[in-house]
Amino acid sequence: MSFEPKILGILCNWCSYTGADLAGTARLKYPANLMSVRVMCSGRVDPGFIFDAFKAGADGVLICGCHPGDCHYVEGNYKCLRRIPMTKTLLQGFGIDPNRLRLEWVSASEGLRFQQVVTEFTEQIRSLGPLQLKEWGYTPHQSEAGHPEPQPALNQ
Amino acid sequence: MSKVSIEIDGKPIEVESGTYLLEAVRDLGVDIPAPCRYPYLKPKPSCRLCSVEISEGADSVSKIVTSCNYPVTAGLKVLTNSEKAIEARRAALNNLIGRTAPTTLLGDLAAQFKIDNPKWGHKYVTCIFCKLCIRVCDELVGAKALSFKKVTDQDTTSIKLDPEKCILCGACAFVCPTNHIKLEEAQDRPVVHSEMSLGPNAAISLTFRQAVPNVPRIHTEQCIHFTMGGCQVCSEVCPKDAIHYDQPDQIEEIEVGTVIMATGFQDFDPTPMKQFGYGKYPNVISAIEFEQMNNAAGSTGGKILLENGAEPRSIAILHCIGSRDDNYHKYCSRVCCMYALKFAHLAKEKTDAEVYQLYIDMRAFGKGYEEFYHRLLDEGVNVIRGKGAEVVPVSYKRSAEGGLIVRCEDTLIGKFREIPVDMVILCTALEARSDAAAVGRKFNISTGADGWYIEAHPKLAPVSTTTEGIFLAGVCQGAKDIPDAVAQGSAAAAQAMRLLNKGEVLMDAAYAEIQEQFCSGCRICNGLCPYNAISYEEAKKVSYINSALCKACGTCVAGCPTGAIKARHFTDEQIYAQIEGILT
Repeated sequence: MSFEPKILGILCNWCSYTGADLAGTARLKYPANLMSVRVMCSGRVDPGFIFDAFKAGADGVLICGCHPGDCHYVEGNYKCLRRIPMTKTLLQGFGIDPNRLRLEWVSASEGLRFQQVVTEFTEQIRSLGPLQLKEWGYTPHQSEAGHPEPQPALNQ
Repeated sequence: MSKVSIEIDGKPIEVESGTYLLEAVRDLGVDIPAPCRYPYLKPKPSCRLCSVEISEGADSVSKIVTSCNYPVTAGLKVLTNSEKAIEARRAALNNLIGRTAPTTLLGDLAAQFKIDNPKWGHKYVTCIFCKLCIRVCDELVGAKALSFKKVTDQDTTSIKLDPEKCILCGACAFVCPTNHIKLEEAQDRPVVHSEMSLGPNAAISLTFRQAVPNVPRIHTEQCIHFTMGGCQVCSEVCPKDAIHYDQPDQIEEIEVGTVIMATGFQDFDPTPMKQFGYGKYPNVISAIEFEQMNNAAGSTGGKILLENGAEPRSIAILHCIGSRDDNYHKYCSRVCCMYALKFAHLAKEKTDAEVYQLYIDMRAFGKGYEEFYHRLLDEGVNVIRGKGAEVVPVSYKRSAEGGLIVRCEDTLIGKFREIPVDMVILCTALEARSDAAAVGRKFNISTGADGWYIEAHPKLAPVSTTTEGIFLAGVCQGAKDIPDAVAQGSAAAAQAMRLLNKGEVLMDAAYAEIQEQFCSGCRICNGLCPYNAISYEEAKKVSYINSALCKACGTCVAGCPTGAIKARHFTDEQIYAQIEGILT
């Protein structure tokens, strides 16, 4: 049986999620490896989501937002654009190939493009092989006791 | 003002004291020449053509005075046409004739005073030394650029201009009674009234004919009073005393609940498309220029004319200039096909010209539009399916003659064609205003990739924006024709009224809030918010989100280093749970 990667898609509500919807209504087929989570804007994507996804067993993470200049929230996608290279550097530090993370612009009318992006990214992750965090001695989370609550700040 | 009674040519009349005799005499309908008099300058007799005979009191000796600067006094007796007065005027006229070259003004006066063989004293200097120009420049304008100078080789005095001081207002040429001073383009400095031939271009004008309120405005950068400090003639002539120079520009702040953006569009500039020769060949014009030409109040009075004033024999109308073009705008401007057909109709109606339409697709989509297209076909308009590729002069050697050739491919017959025409009209694209993005930022609404404002939803909320209470109307949201713009404007007004009537705004349940106990007061989020919804509270040393302004994008949530910001309905816990849920 060939390797079927698990890919997390984080899609912005206004462009990419609608674009993915359009791909669906247009009966375009894309690999079922992608499982998507909706956020209001690609600017909402906390790098923590990406690390959490890899920790939870994802082999790749695809983030889609509106095209530059087209953001529903004026400039959230630019904020995302700035955070991704930083996250990639951090991923490298953890020994995770930064090519497992990708940022793409998909507009609400680009169902076809969404299909192409997902298909291509899935193939790329497939060729990269499974993310072997387990082999390095890490057990996917279950035992973890949720996420740390924010600590009261020092100025309080 | 007290009145005094005087007697002019035996008729007793009452005039206000302090008026000059010339005005009193002219009020009676007696014509006295006074070329050196200009009503907005203090009278200063130099031509002496306004001489009259007066006598004060019953038995005083009569004398000759210049009426233009003689103030009336009680009991004054004036004779305007006595022999003595006429003789004085004739002498003054002879004196002037003896110093200048022939002019219409003096020629007519010479005929009037029966001087049969005027002995003109000069061959070409037509100045009559009235000094009106110098006085206007000194007293009214305040530029002090003119002076008399002795011209030795011509044996006369003439006006000398100081080009450093001259502001090219043209007042001297305007007041000159003999047209001795002419207004010409001075090197590369534009003359203020350079567009005189196209219509009045004074410093006071109506902004445009349908302006509301329809009152004239003073353009301070051209007004002599504002640039030089003098003049004020307009306030003198205004019968309603409506002109106040000291009125400052006022900035009024109006509190509103809703805003309708109807900022419109700008015309695409076809100059960069060198193949059409716009700006190079005078008879290649843009659609708006053709429209101005057709306006009865326009530069040609509604006639369709070529650069040389002749009627065109053939006109080509090129569609899709800058629109449906990968190099400029990809979208269709929607209005061009129909106005191009209207142009063809106007051209057929007003001229005998042959009209060619060069189109990609004829988009006659609206009510009655297709019928209009067929009517035009019946009128004999030539329609060619194929975009105009190039406009070239008939012959490069004779390009000044104006004949043009339009090259295109007629895709219906599959032939390359060259059409000789006199005039080419470019149907330019509608494009978003260059300042649309900057204006949009002020209202927190965004522009799309092609520059138009983005509506909240293309189908379900076509007049709303992402900012509550701000609506879109007309072309600022995308190219549309007048019926569509009116429909959208009405919809926007209705939406605005709905909010105003309700008096309150329904908010989305999703918004971000700061949990104060976790906020470190770092203020990173303040700069991240595109809606300026986050402010810093000095007293508590924490940031605060105004939930009415927040649009719930969550950018601040992802940026908060302490995790203090919570996006309602998209909390970190929810998203982490989703991620982990779908991956395990």
